[in-house]
Amino acid sequence: MTEGLKLTIERRDGLAVIYTEGYINNQGGEEIARAAYSLLDEGYRRLLLNLTGTRIINSIGISILIEIIEKMLEVEGRLAFCQLTPTIEKTFHIMGLAQYASIYPDERAAMAQLTG
Amino acid sequence: MTERSPLREVTLVLPMAPDMELVASQAASALASFVGMSADRVDEVRMAVVEACINAFEHSHSEDRHVDITFRVWGEKGPDRLEIEVHDGGVGFSLADVEDPHIEKKIRSGRKRGWGLKIIQGLMDEVRILSGSRGTTVIMSKARGGGSQES
Repeated sequence: MTEGLKLTIERRDGLAVIYTEGYINNQGGEEIARAAYSLLDEGYRRLLLNLTGTRIINSIGISILIEIIEKMLEVEGRLAFCQLTPTIEKTFHIMGLAQYASIYPDERAAMAQLTG
Repeated sequence: MTERSPLREVTLVLPMAPDMELVASQAASALASFVGMSADRVDEVRMAVVEACINAFEHSHSEDRHVDITFRVWGEKGPDRLEIEVHDGGVGFSLADVEDPHIEKKIRSGRKRGWGLKIIQGLMDEVRILSGSRGTTVIMSKARGGGSQES
């Protein structure tokens, strides 16, 4: 039954992009957190989560994303999101995540802001 | 309101087990599509159902460890509204004790969770919660297009 989450990471100049594919639940959120903290340990302070392959996420998964946002604030880094489905974007706005993490329509728009 | 009986009714009994919320989500998707909702509205229904199931799994303290989910399609000339009832046989809770979550507090708090009801209310047109010593029932509905069809 599990739609397991698959992650792909691309490291670029000073910025890392984490691509997700599948359901972001508690395990999926923890996988993203492990990847994000590992990238922080490598020195990346700007992370972009590209959710292009995710159509469904639950509140436990989002709570773990909030932990990552908090961690990024502590290290004066930036976490941003792109390629959200309209429903996931609406959910992030309901929760107020956009106050602490930028949301971009696509990767090009995100890169222009994050690397500019 | 002239509706008397639903055009279609589907009942699921799901064990409180990992990822069972996805079974509910798939049924919700099929029925929301039957109602004729757009893909985005179908996704909103799916997410709301997932949250209602997770709330039951995590907080009901139900001894029989299952949730009963009833989907009802309503409409006069054709399907135009989906109602979903998620019931657990748990210990119930008082809505007055549920804190309205705010990101400003959560971001610096040890407890980041507690968003389920807020998400359900934000994604569905109407939400009612009945809770007592025989468990909790979340009744939520969404119309085919924007806004509720209920009177």
